[in-house]
Amino acid sequence: MERCRLVFSGSGGQGVITAAIILAEAAVICENLNAVQSQSYGAEARGGATRSDVIIADTPIHYPKVIQPNVLVCLTQEAYNKFSAIIRPGGLLITDSRYVKIQRKVDAQQRELPMYRSVMEQIGKPIVFNICMLGAVIALTEVLRPDSIMKVLEGRVPRDFLELNQRALQLGMELGRAAAH
Amino acid sequence: MAVKDYLRERFLPHLWCPGCGHGEVLGGLVRAIEQLGLSKNEIVMVSGIGCSSRISGYVDFHTLHTIHGRALAFATGVKIARPELKLIVPMGDGDALAIGGNHFIHAARRNLDMTALVMNNRIYGMTGGQFSPLSGEDVSATTAPYKTIDRGFDVVELAKAAGATFVARSTTFHVQQMTDIIAKAIRHKGFSVVEVLSQCPTYFGRKNKIGDAADMITWFKDHTTPIGSKAKQEDPGLIERGIFVEKQEPEYCEEYEKVVARAKGRRS
Amino acid sequence: MGKTPKFVQGNEACVEAALYAGLNFFAGYPITPSTEIAEHLSVRLPQLGGKFIQMEDEIASLCAIIGASLTGCKVMTATSGPGFSLMQEALGYAIMAEIPCVIVNVQRGGPSTGIPTHVAQGDVNQARWGTHGDHAIIVLTASNHQDVFAMTVEAFNLAETYRTPVILLFDEVVGHMREKLVLPEPGDLPLVERLHTSVKEGVDYHPYLPREDGRLPMSDFGGVHRYNVTGLVHDMWGFPSTDPKVVHGLLRHLVDKIENRAGILAHYREHQLEDAEVVMISYGSSARSALHVVEDRRRRGERLGLLELQTLWPFPHELVRRKCAQAKAVVVVEMNMGQIMQAVKLSVPQPERVFLANRIDGNFITPADIMNILRIIQGKGV
Repeated sequence: MERCRLVFSGSGGQGVITAAIILAEAAVICENLNAVQSQSYGAEARGGATRSDVIIADTPIHYPKVIQPNVLVCLTQEAYNKFSAIIRPGGLLITDSRYVKIQRKVDAQQRELPMYRSVMEQIGKPIVFNICMLGAVIALTEVLRPDSIMKVLEGRVPRDFLELNQRALQLGMELGRAAAH
Repeated sequence: MAVKDYLRERFLPHLWCPGCGHGEVLGGLVRAIEQLGLSKNEIVMVSGIGCSSRISGYVDFHTLHTIHGRALAFATGVKIARPELKLIVPMGDGDALAIGGNHFIHAARRNLDMTALVMNNRIYGMTGGQFSPLSGEDVSATTAPYKTIDRGFDVVELAKAAGATFVARSTTFHVQQMTDIIAKAIRHKGFSVVEVLSQCPTYFGRKNKIGDAADMITWFKDHTTPIGSKAKQEDPGLIERGIFVEKQEPEYCEEYEKVVARAKGRRS
Repeated sequence: MGKTPKFVQGNEACVEAALYAGLNFFAGYPITPSTEIAEHLSVRLPQLGGKFIQMEDEIASLCAIIGASLTGCKVMTATSGPGFSLMQEALGYAIMAEIPCVIVNVQRGGPSTGIPTHVAQGDVNQARWGTHGDHAIIVLTASNHQDVFAMTVEAFNLAETYRTPVILLFDEVVGHMREKLVLPEPGDLPLVERLHTSVKEGVDYHPYLPREDGRLPMSDFGGVHRYNVTGLVHDMWGFPSTDPKVVHGLLRHLVDKIENRAGILAHYREHQLEDAEVVMISYGSSARSALHVVEDRRRRGERLGLLELQTLWPFPHELVRRKCAQAKAVVVVEMNMGQIMQAVKLSVPQPERVFLANRIDGNFITPADIMNILRIIQGKGV
């Protein structure tokens, strides 16, 4: 497979780090791939521009950080302003249309998806915003199978909340597929 | 078992000065243990640094002579690892309440089952007579040539405030009371603090012109009184002796067993 | 081996390994970036009937585990720079009194409070010389989670074998990043258990009289042998002594038991050193960037190799000398101002051929950072 370098960015509390961990864990546990996840830490637990890096590959991964992501997700304007310049030219840049106003000059396939709005309208729980985002990422990249994500969620999420997460993942995949062409 | 069977005669005579009160504390401690009939193998004595700390070398228990001020922290590790052992922690002024003050209040807060014996001679003897946090004001010492301005700690009040569940005070004059109190403190389930006013004729006595060891012991007799005595009402400057606090509160090692039970319950 | 892998942080890999090695007593105080070690152990140790205690500071944490070790427990504490500074006196005590214990320092930027959430490797010399007085110390490190596991188990083994504190010097990147860890099965890795004395009750036990093989059998506190443990120079009874012969003998014993074994204590990995003209030497997370460079440059035909040190102290001078014998240049890759580079310079016959590729701004050193230095050394310019 082609080595996949992803950066998820947003604001503390949006769940971008959790989403990155789930994606990378699914790669390792369910698809027998290598993955490394790391994150930049600030002192604040909430707010600020949060970033988490994931590399997924079928070969050993040594340098664990992402310098030029081929997939970049920005869930806030601050994150977009800070990180949109690092994307590999022509890479996939996913933003949430409620939070981010994109700029045309960025050399990337920019996909503005109404993830937050759809989650609120169809599920009503902002807590699964990040899982919806994961759905969009795997639909657009096909880096992993959705059932791998679900399997990891089964181990992390209380049973009562699994269905909620499943719906969010599906929703994200639909948004992703719709934006694929 | 005879009292001398608790001593390591191989390592005697001790290094304390003639007239030092610490030998009396050692005597009182060993008699208290003899009274309680404890086996030598079940006692761990942990001490820090200073004249007082050398007490651990002379007793035939498991003895841990550690670093300055940290005796209670080492003792905490021993106790939590082996709750069935009896921990006795003799400390001097600095060990207990200067460098070791933080460990003192936290050990009291946890209410670990151990006995802290504060041998208060109001001076740092091992380093040659500097003032301590127990010296109090208006004391001469090699680092207080113009007399101290530092206020002293009241060991009893501090121990009470930190949550110790047994708090007592005695002196080297009141040897029988000291022995009885130490025995009660060792038997007490929880963190017990015994302050023993002990004389340092070499430094404190000489520097402050109190006289020799006998004069200093006489001072303890004249300036202390049983808790709540009439004499105390008439002369509030007297230092009270006796047991100030003796109460049962949850003990740390027993509480930890509840944590283990909760952890195992959650796991299954 | 071959079980389902876990996906964990390096700090959690350390926890898993410590439990595998038999850890049953941990005392600590929270500090970034090591806190996850305490958090995970606060969950796991009570489940296993072990002891976890959060102490009032790092000084007390190390003191508490030393006390617990004397009762026969396998013990560990974990901290980062400022806490490691606070531990130095008790570390010296554990060296002097020869008490097995494992101390984890997940390094962050210093000095002082420094840059708590960012990576650095500036505590290398502190780990070696932080406590006062002549002494020897074993310091291990690792660059990936499988090796974090292996080195943590080894730390416990060496602590028991040599009756000494062993320091695990990890860093923020390895501690916090997540990657695959395959848990070894019981028995896959050898474990060293405490050597207890065979002296019977009532017969004199000399706690500090080495056997012919240099090892000192222990007797647990609470057992049938009552003896004295002290940080003072002591004789074979553990009783204080100022006899020059005793002082000299003890100091030599403490240093020789480790320094004389530098060869067998040297853990390392090597990558494409056979024909390397440029040998990089690195350790911890820096070695990951260096290895990235090796693989990248080899694809372009450059003869570049990497010696990854896992034992930092005692420094493997002989190993470094041997591995660098054919090198035209030696490049030490580390995130400090050349702490291991100094040791490397002492190891090789031509110290002027030893160069430093470093980064000290809180950011993780990148393959590009290393490449820039390599180009300068090779006279190609940046």
